Amino acid sequence: MNTTAIEMNQVTFSYSNGAVLRNVDLCVQKGEMVGLIGPNGAGKTTLIRLISGILGTRQGDIQLDGMDTRGLKRRAIAREVAVVPQQFDVPSGYKVEEVVMLGRTPFMKPWRDFSGRDRDVVLDTMNAVGIGRLAARCFTELSGGERQKVVLAMALAQETGLLLLDEPTAHLDISHQVEILELLTDINRRKGLTILAAMHDLNLASAYFQRLVLLKGGAVVADGSPQRVLTTAMIGSAYSIPVHIQPHPLTGVPQVLVLPPGDGHN
Amino acid sequence: MVALTRRRRPITIIVLLLLALVACATMATALGAVSVSFSDVLKIFWNKASPFNFSTTWPHGSETIILQLRLPRVIGAALVGAGLATAGVLFQGLLRNPMADPYIIGTSAGAALGATIAMLLPLSMAFLGFGMVPVLAFAGALATVFLVYYLARVGSKTPVVSMLLAGFVVSAMLTALMFLVITMSDKLYDKFHSVYSFLMGGISVAGWGQVAVIGPIVVVGILLARLWAFRLNAFALGEEGAAHVGVDVEQSKTVFLALGSVLTAAAVSIGGLIGFVGLVVPHALRLVLGPDHRLLVPCSAIAGGAFLVIADMLARTVHPPREIPVGILTALIGAPVFIYLLRRHGKEYAL
Repeated sequence: MNTTAIEMNQVTFSYSNGAVLRNVDLCVQKGEMVGLIGPNGAGKTTLIRLISGILGTRQGDIQLDGMDTRGLKRRAIAREVAVVPQQFDVPSGYKVEEVVMLGRTPFMKPWRDFSGRDRDVVLDTMNAVGIGRLAARCFTELSGGERQKVVLAMALAQETGLLLLDEPTAHLDISHQVEILELLTDINRRKGLTILAAMHDLNLASAYFQRLVLLKGGAVVADGSPQRVLTTAMIGSAYSIPVHIQPHPLTGVPQVLVLPPGDGHN
Repeated sequence: MVALTRRRRPITIIVLLLLALVACATMATALGAVSVSFSDVLKIFWNKASPFNFSTTWPHGSETIILQLRLPRVIGAALVGAGLATAGVLFQGLLRNPMADPYIIGTSAGAALGATIAMLLPLSMAFLGFGMVPVLAFAGALATVFLVYYLARVGSKTPVVSMLLAGFVVSAMLTALMFLVITMSDKLYDKFHSVYSFLMGGISVAGWGQVAVIGPIVVVGILLARLWAFRLNAFALGEEGAAHVGVDVEQSKTVFLALGSVLTAAAVSIGGLIGFVGLVVPHALRLVLGPDHRLLVPCSAIAGGAFLVIADMLARTVHPPREIPVGILTALIGAPVFIYLLRRHGKEYAL
């Protein structure tokens, strides 16, 4: 049995205006929860889009669960990897349960209705992320935090082994950020779902992920535990600002404090 | 634990709509310049369809009028309405735009130019029992869609915005060309009435020949649209979102565009340019039935058929002996309905 969820070998990708990823090697084991960090434009989203097969042309190999994504049909990829994108919207008129149901698309047969199992999975995932009571509500009427949970439920309804998230906590208040990350941690532990999430907030990434991958200019510059990746030198050079790193007073995980440049403190 | 909302039974809704369509069609067959009673129409149908016959109590001519003139026209109207409404569902779902209609990517302008050119040709030319007007309208509609699709292509993708822009520009150019041809040709200047009635829309079906060609195209088109409706549902997530849940986006887009264009072209070839059916019918049903295309596709097809059967009946009977262009009636009925929906469900359109 294959134990590798994602394996990338020397992956290079460029849009028409220049290279975005350079010689990326990345190996994620099944059941891992990995945070992808790095400044804007470092290539986090591109990496996620490559792994999910949205971007096709590239150099190097990407394997999901031992299979080369280039040989797979979209339907097959959608049974391997689910994605929570950075931006998500549906036209007005969609109920929450109808949005979550769309997660069962990879299992649909043209003339058949959703099976009893499809309905069970949808119910279970809605309850698992705590949106069961919103089932009949209109998606467009929900708050940002509720919406993000609906999108997460839809992705989970795909029943994949791998979940990719592109800044799942952006635009949420701190309580919803923590709620989403607690949910992810819980699903990762209970179901062994492999998670790769691009994260903006370094301190939350440090608190919730055992492994962080730091991207800068399209290359992996650090990969390891938060203690190894979140250092003054690494973060300072990746984000080009002076920072101070100190352990969290209660939990001990590294926390990044920003030093406003030219404030006379350094 | 919360249960999923119980859905309305799709089959019940479809059967009810079909019954309504049959009722509309029977009524439309009975009404016309020569009045035939409702029960006589049913008896004529029955005599034709079964071995047991009612005794003939109606004038002999009635049977010919019903079976050879009115019924093919009513069925033609139903096919046009069904084709336009289905194309409307496809384009609205694909482009995620409730305002999209079957003409949005240039079909109408292409069809109109094709029809105009056909009117310049000798009258004797024909193809599969059709005059050249429907044939060239069909060809013009399809050719325009492929031109727009080709122009809008960026690399291996066809972004929706560039398709709408290309459709708008190509339409504007073809419309200008059409009016240039009309103005410069003495022949067309005299035949302005034919051009006018094509542009305003009107069911032109004489006998069963055209129905036999258009019928299978429209029915197969609707069935294919229903078959792939679950993929159309995924397009609600946007193109990248649809890909995430396992839809081959570029392939599906090509299939849906081709399907919608063929349906529109088939409708245009015997109905001219009839607006509002493809816009209002799917739109109204979406508000009532919800966004699931597996239900919307068949329901829009049937309701669109019934709508146009009624509109065509009114077109024939409101102001005899003159026929009102059916496109005028669909606009006069459709626009107020649309405005009503817009006012009533206004908040759902606000972003």
